[in-house]
Amino acid sequence: MASITIRDVYKSYAKMQVVHGVNLDITSGEFVVILGPSGCGKSTLLRMIAGLEDISGGTIAIDGAIVNKLEPRERGCAMVFQNYALYPHMSVAQNIGYSLKVAGVPTAERTQRIQAVARILELEQLLDRKPMALSGGQRQRVAMGRAMIREPKVFLFDEPLSNLDAKLRVQMRSEIRKLHRRLSATSVFVTHDQVEAMTLADRLVVMNGGRVEQVGTPSEIYSRPASRFVATFVGAPAMNMLEGEVTLDGLSLLGGSRRLAVSRASLPVGSKVAVGIRPEAVRLVAPGTTGALNASVDLVEELGAGRVVYVDLDGAAFSVMTSEAVHPAPGSAVGLQFSEADLHFFSSETGSRLDVFKASVPVPAL
Amino acid sequence: MEKRVTFSRWSIGILFAVPQLILIFTFFYWPAGQAVYWSLTLQQPWGGGNIWVGLDNFRSILSNADYWKSITASLTFAAISTGLAMLIALVLATLTDRQLAGSRLYRVVLIWPYGIAAPALAMAFRFILAPEAGFMAVVNQVWPGFWDPGLDGTDAMASIIVAFSWKYVGYNFIFFLAALQAIPRSLIEAAAMDGSGVIRRFWDIQFPLITPTIFFLLVINITESFQDSFGIVDIMTSGGPANATNLMVYKIYSDGFKGLDYSGAAAQSIILMLLIIVLTIFQFRFIERRVHYR
Ligand SMILES: Nc1ncnc2c1ncn2[C@@H]1O[C@H](COP(=O)(O)OP(=O)(O)O)[C@@H](O)[C@H]1O
Ligand SMILES: [Mg+2]
Repeated sequence: MASITIRDVYKSYAKMQVVHGVNLDITSGEFVVILGPSGCGKSTLLRMIAGLEDISGGTIAIDGAIVNKLEPRERGCAMVFQNYALYPHMSVAQNIGYSLKVAGVPTAERTQRIQAVARILELEQLLDRKPMALSGGQRQRVAMGRAMIREPKVFLFDEPLSNLDAKLRVQMRSEIRKLHRRLSATSVFVTHDQVEAMTLADRLVVMNGGRVEQVGTPSEIYSRPASRFVATFVGAPAMNMLEGEVTLDGLSLLGGSRRLAVSRASLPVGSKVAVGIRPEAVRLVAPGTTGALNASVDLVEELGAGRVVYVDLDGAAFSVMTSEAVHPAPGSAVGLQFSEADLHFFSSETGSRLDVFKASVPVPAL
Repeated sequence: MEKRVTFSRWSIGILFAVPQLILIFTFFYWPAGQAVYWSLTLQQPWGGGNIWVGLDNFRSILSNADYWKSITASLTFAAISTGLAMLIALVLATLTDRQLAGSRLYRVVLIWPYGIAAPALAMAFRFILAPEAGFMAVVNQVWPGFWDPGLDGTDAMASIIVAFSWKYVGYNFIFFLAALQAIPRSLIEAAAMDGSGVIRRFWDIQFPLITPTIFFLLVINITESFQDSFGIVDIMTSGGPANATNLMVYKIYSDGFKGLDYSGAAAQSIILMLLIIVLTIFQFRFIERRVHYR
């Protein structure tokens, strides 16, 4: 168990900077998930913690001791790689036990610890096999075993589940969660899959373009996204965004075709804002209902338990998630209703969250 | 799914294979067959037909001490030059693999020696290793009489080994570097995370994973050291001094074309061919077992 402190960490490759000053405190025993789109620098950050990449600027400390200059093996971290990185010429037992062999642990103790790890991961029958002869899920478990056997202070995971099929992924996800509860070692898990992130994380770090956008519990991030990027990246289908402009009496939306009465707007008249609403916070009502926005249906996506209704709101695409037994036909008119508490406001210029509005239900402009 | 090209009629397939078959037959099986025939007959130096002598040519060669000396020289040459060329290439490739900047340049630059014809290369080394001028002359000045490939058999052998190895270091390097780079980076990183240092990683991870390449190069290097050494020997030592560098391939030439003993030379080339075949079979039987194919 160990805490990790990341201070103003930068990373540049040749001339290109890919991580721009990250600050992050990970407490001992915590399971932190770094979530972000592909290429945002998640792996780079993780690999800097591991010691596989040089740190161009700033410091990373594990348990208070700065590790910038330490070799990977001196940092007490274990890592699970996306492609598993199993040694192809070694058996499962040799793969799992390699770190102990390097450390000079006597054979008897080594065998016993390999057995113990194999028992937890249900790999006992496979110990003599080569990685080639294993399925994806089994390889994944061997990779986990290789990390576990060292009893590391910190577990690092770089998208370890993304090569598995959907069902296995869900299963491995809960196994990782269970393992963490059992070992309670500090864990940093990198993924671009938000469902994985939401389900695994004690705390979520959302990254974009080499910067941390928001840090918080999954529910904080879902309910109070700190930026427009976080709002649209977390949650599926993505949050609807309507462009608007501050007017004297509130907000004009969609180029003036709708108005939003807000009780207080501390922004100067004329400033641009984006109004977000999650598809699952919108109710479908009969067209013409008072206080509802009228829209026409484009497409309905059936999900089994519910469906996503894509509608056209004055030329803007808008989606509604519903679990009610409504099946509006494409082309038909529907009403959209939502409560003001579900609205999120973001600055159109900086993308950051604005909490200056107190919205009331939008009314169609006359 | 593997894609296979199939022909509706087998004759079309044969038709495609014919040009290659003709080449192989004309330039390999026919001359080899001729050599076998000559080795079993006595060619008269001034023409006038062949006399069937059975295995007499082989008997006389194998009872000749000079020939055994040539075999020993060839085996020594093969073992040392193969070992040297592979070891140096492996060290260079491993170092290059770690610091990749400019590795493309190395690839190009290091394949050039292999492209140089053996005699041209030998000419260059004759100057470089000349006892009376150049680098070795300096050494000779410090230790008089230390180096003279013209008089000392060991020095002569060392000269041709250096020249041959120099040529094959580049060739081996390319293959080693390609093999090392084919190892996923994450394997090395995983080993580093497992606490393995640079040297340990090499022996535990990289070396086992490049054994197919090592094996391939071993077969090629040994085979070539029996054959491709001709030009180097001819230019640098002509087999001397006192037959110290009279390798089997050179002895075939000197006995056949200088000594005009066509039949003996033919028998020698059959023996050389058998030796290479046996060595190759041996390598496949006993060394390939230790190779980890992925
Ligand atoms: N070795 C490298 N050299 C140059 N650029 C790199 C290197 N590794 C990663 N990058 C760049 O750094 C950025 C972040 O990469 P990475 O951390 O792998 O992203 P991800 O969030 O998908 O894991 C990407 O734009 C990538 O192209
Ligand atoms: Mg990545």
